[in-house]
Amino acid sequence: MTTLKLKGRKLVGEGRVEGKALVTQQPISFFGGVNPKTGIIVEKNHELKGKCVKRKILVFPFGKGSSVGSYVLYAMATYGTAPLAIINQKTDTIIAVGCALANIPLIDKLEKNPTKIIKTGDWIKIFPDGLVEVKKKN
Amino acid sequence: MYLTREEEKMLDGEYGESYSKCMRLLVTVGEMFEAKRMVKVKSCHVSGVSYKNIDEPGLKLLKSFFEEGVRVRVKSTLNPMGMDREKWKLIGLNKNFALKQLEILKIFGGMGFNLTCSCIPYLVGNKPKTGDHVAWAESSATIYANSVLGAKTNRESGLSALASALTGRTPLYGYHLEENRKPTIHVKVEYKPSNLLEIGALGYFIGKNFPESIPYFSGLDWLSMDGLKVLGSGMASSGAIALYHVKNLTPEAAKFSSKELKEAEKFKVGLEEIKKTIQDLSEENSQPDAVFLGCPHYSLNQIRDVMLYMKKRRVKAKRKLWIFTSKKVYEEAKKIGYVNLIEKFGGLILNDTCMVVSPIENLGINSIYTDSCKAAHYMAGNFKVTLKSLTQCLEAVFS
Repeated sequence: MTTLKLKGRKLVGEGRVEGKALVTQQPISFFGGVNPKTGIIVEKNHELKGKCVKRKILVFPFGKGSSVGSYVLYAMATYGTAPLAIINQKTDTIIAVGCALANIPLIDKLEKNPTKIIKTGDWIKIFPDGLVEVKKKN
Repeated sequence: MYLTREEEKMLDGEYGESYSKCMRLLVTVGEMFEAKRMVKVKSCHVSGVSYKNIDEPGLKLLKSFFEEGVRVRVKSTLNPMGMDREKWKLIGLNKNFALKQLEILKIFGGMGFNLTCSCIPYLVGNKPKTGDHVAWAESSATIYANSVLGAKTNRESGLSALASALTGRTPLYGYHLEENRKPTIHVKVEYKPSNLLEIGALGYFIGKNFPESIPYFSGLDWLSMDGLKVLGSGMASSGAIALYHVKNLTPEAAKFSSKELKEAEKFKVGLEEIKKTIQDLSEENSQPDAVFLGCPHYSLNQIRDVMLYMKKRRVKAKRKLWIFTSKKVYEEAKKIGYVNLIEKFGGLILNDTCMVVSPIENLGINSIYTDSCKAAHYMAGNFKVTLKSLTQCLEAVFS
């Protein structure tokens, strides 16, 4: 089993988190794109449509769509359907604001593009200083 | 990022959990954009007021702030809410929604917000001066504050503007810094748009094709306040544009040297692009169930234009004519007599709410005419929308 270590920029979160990765190369709109009650992605034509983000390390390039998306991330945290942590290629205000309010660990600007290096199912550890450890599934 | 003693106290929770949450949010945004410090703001405008948008967890969050006794530190206004305070029943909205909406309003009131709910705060008591740092959400208001008033704000989300309202601070980055306000594209407008629909479409076209630009327009120095409002709202809905300049008109346009303008990319736009934009946003639709006007909220002049064009003709029973505006504008229009002349003949003016944030999808209205590209953009998922000029919209409700 290969293990990779990548340094990133930690924007939200204090402790260490670990979990299974769910990865997409497409941006995500939480408003209208994710059902906050279930954590399931519902956006038409999204490559993760039907997948559940709950308690996953969600990896995507950046957010898109309405700024109400921050409220949706917050709602998901209160419903217990939020991702364990978010890794973005380069994050945006909607995602950052939602994560800061809901205290969802957020990390971006890894040394290499996380949406390419990390695959769905890999085991991810995120350390407080922004270090990301990727244990490849195969 | 550097924080003053006062800001650190807020962050560390010395004033309670709510202020700490707000400051943490602002610091996160600041660090993300590599802001060196915070700046004090003169005013805030907060979106995310409709229960339709913020939902139960949003309401609970606001409630938790309220219960901790937090207050706004600066003049703060609100975006449209989900319904007209008096006429919600008349148009068929349900009581449960109304009660939740009134609860949200009460909470904002308790925190010291001005309870005028409008996307044109600059016309109803929140008008920053040139050079003022502010934190405004609502993309059409943000772009107006930056471009037409010469105030300085980033494109805030409802929550970051709320955090700024409560802490009185915003991170100093982006459009707050002079060096980030220079034009990046010089747009030569070679056709004179003949109405507000065409002006909005021009904006929408630019936003779609240059979503992250700062346009400098020449050939538009004849625009009225309403024209500037509609131009900006188009750009801010199809793109992420938050600042534009108009030669010989907007307050910062004269600051830029000919060298700086030469460095900006050149682009020419005319009737063809405007027509195509209107067409692309419109569905085939010969008979509208309703005409929706007022995105952004109509000004007094626009309400007058509706009244004048109606010429006491009656809206057909099978059609609806709804005009959205701010309660304050409505009161003025009422005093002058415009409201009576519109409502007596079957029009309805709805206050402090709008077609985008109100839960009107299930009222049996399917096809809509509107004069707003922004409304067409946001309503396309729930309605069959067609863009028409104001006069075409009104003709449709009389036949």
